[in-house]
Amino acid sequence: MTANPHAHEHVLLQMLRIREFENRVQSLFSDGLVKGSTHLANGQEAVAVGMAFALHPGDPVLCTYRGHHHTIARGLPLESAFAEILGRATGCCGGKGGSMHLTDKSLALMGSYAIIGSHIPIAVGAAWASTLTHDGAVTCCIFGDGTTTIGSFHEALNLAAVWRLPIVFICENNLYSEYTAIGDVVPIEHPAADRAGAYGLDRIVIDGNDVEAVKEAVSLARERASAGRGPSLIEALTYRHGGHSRADPGDYRPREEVELWLSRDPISKYADRHEVSTQRLEQLGAEARDEVDRALRKALAAPAPAAEALLSNVWSEESS
Amino acid sequence: MTSTEITYAWAINHAMDEEMARDPRVVLFGQDVGRMGGVFGVTRNLFEKHGPERVRDVSIVEHFVVGGAVGAALGGLRPIAEVQFADFLLVAGDESFHKLPKWRYMHGGAFTIPVVIRAPSGIQGGVGAEHSQSPEGHYWHTPGLKIAVPSTPADAKGLLKSAIRDDDPVIFFETRRLYRVKGLVSDDPELLVPFGQASVRREGTDLTVVAWAGMVPEVLAAAEMLAAEGLSIEVIDPRTLVPFDWETVAASVRKTSRLLIVHEAPLTMGPGAEIASRAADELFVELDAPVRRLAGPDVPIPQNMALEQFCFPQVPEIVAAARELIRW
Ligand SMILES: Cc1ncc(C[n+]2csc(CCOP(=O)(O)OP(=O)(O)O)c2C)c(N)n1
Ligand SMILES: [Mg+2]
Repeated sequence: MTANPHAHEHVLLQMLRIREFENRVQSLFSDGLVKGSTHLANGQEAVAVGMAFALHPGDPVLCTYRGHHHTIARGLPLESAFAEILGRATGCCGGKGGSMHLTDKSLALMGSYAIIGSHIPIAVGAAWASTLTHDGAVTCCIFGDGTTTIGSFHEALNLAAVWRLPIVFICENNLYSEYTAIGDVVPIEHPAADRAGAYGLDRIVIDGNDVEAVKEAVSLARERASAGRGPSLIEALTYRHGGHSRADPGDYRPREEVELWLSRDPISKYADRHEVSTQRLEQLGAEARDEVDRALRKALAAPAPAAEALLSNVWSEESS
Repeated sequence: MTSTEITYAWAINHAMDEEMARDPRVVLFGQDVGRMGGVFGVTRNLFEKHGPERVRDVSIVEHFVVGGAVGAALGGLRPIAEVQFADFLLVAGDESFHKLPKWRYMHGGAFTIPVVIRAPSGIQGGVGAEHSQSPEGHYWHTPGLKIAVPSTPADAKGLLKSAIRDDDPVIFFETRRLYRVKGLVSDDPELLVPFGQASVRREGTDLTVVAWAGMVPEVLAAAEMLAAEGLSIEVIDPRTLVPFDWETVAASVRKTSRLLIVHEAPLTMGPGAEIASRAADELFVELDAPVRRLAGPDVPIPQNMALEQFCFPQVPEIVAAARELIRW
């Protein structure tokens, strides 16, 4: 990330693209152009970008309904993401998935889901497949702190550890499970890391707002996995700047807590560390905004799915 | 090609064995399917023949058995997952009703999910409310799943081979009561039974009876008794519920003008309701009698075998219903 003198700008730009994208989605939602629900990741950009820099092309990624940042960091074109969220035919799922199911198989994004934890067994299955196909891939599975209380998390982790599968689990601990503080519903401080020992895994807690720390932790975990040394569970501490979804203002959170975490914003943190001037940061922000706006214009011009699309994609052979 | 007389269970075993030999992407996993060879012995020898990498025992993880199969399919395998009892599949409700049938659709067709879930089902004697159900109707109510319900050893083998080669998810219901029933099964590894093609088990002119899985032998026994009375019953086994071979059923009803559906699952909202409704809708003018259903009663299945025997239609009931419809 630091070898190339401009590399850090690339990292910043990735985080800024996500930030601007999310801001735009929020206004589209407020304007009634995005229907249903959205779960934004403002504030959590570093986890996604750090992960994406650490993974190799072809590493399957299974991410969450709060997954705009993961998929964009992994390379999902902004236009495709916007079009999907707007329910257009040109969206990455043809308009059938929406905000919670962004994906792109060509980028090894293997799908996302809306039932908590249900992608973890799927990710473990994909990692198992790699041990048989010998494709050398390491699967990455991302989920939230609240997800550590559902059974599929434990089933999948147990088996991944027993089978020493090539998989990296990343828990984005943003301290909330919807509107509930995670501390109110788990008896431990670190909902993922404090349980790692139960599966024979190391206890790893990192600053999820530090993109370099994320990249380093995921790279190490990836190396370990591809050397046949099994899974890792990384708990990345982060915070969502906004509410859980839709128009939630998130005002169940103490003001001081929100302020503390705003001061730990991953973008400013990284810019400060690399001595990027405010002016330069502004320029990069404008660049990201432009790109986001161009993508949005194209997505808005795209058609809705044709009525016939309703019945396609149920079966692999459309005549079935 | 020769045929050999083998059991329904062994036919299933052969289907897996042959497909694993044919295609290295085919893998099998579930509780005790490996060294133990399955709680009902259906997977015997496969661990020894195809190795511990491809025949895997799992911990008690029904969520993983179905969800992991989806993931393994995404990773390029063609997994066969076994749950010990179809009842246990309900533990993996999200995975079987959401992930398996929807992963393709909700991602705009990006993925194919060539998964087979093998689910032993039905009443077998004294195992009670949570080990005896015939839940095929739940899955028929879920768009995106194919469903096989074989009733003979030959079909069990041929349909399972088709299921393994199918690019869509299949729930493969095995009737535990039939595991030890023997029949002639082709040794031809390329002999497949296609999905969506009903089998006319017995030809007849007075009444069409549609039945599958464990009810086929009961209906055939009833038809034999009725033949002695001069009543001619046509017995149709759809073999797969999804896709459903409506054409064969409709053609038969056009001939007999009468339709009886027999299944083991409870009556209310059972699979028979769908078939009856379609018959009422599309064959109304052909019918000379009401469409009738015989099914399990709307109760949990009791453990006591004296009570349990009334939980699926018995031969005398089938005979009586058939007589009534024919004399209508
Ligand atoms: C099985 C299930 N139960 C409940 C929900 C409702 N729900 C949606 S998001 C969420 C909170 C998840 O929290 P966490 O894992 O911390 O992820 P975050 O939203 O913070 O990224 C819940 C409970 C759901 N989608 N699925
Ligand atoms: Mg959370």
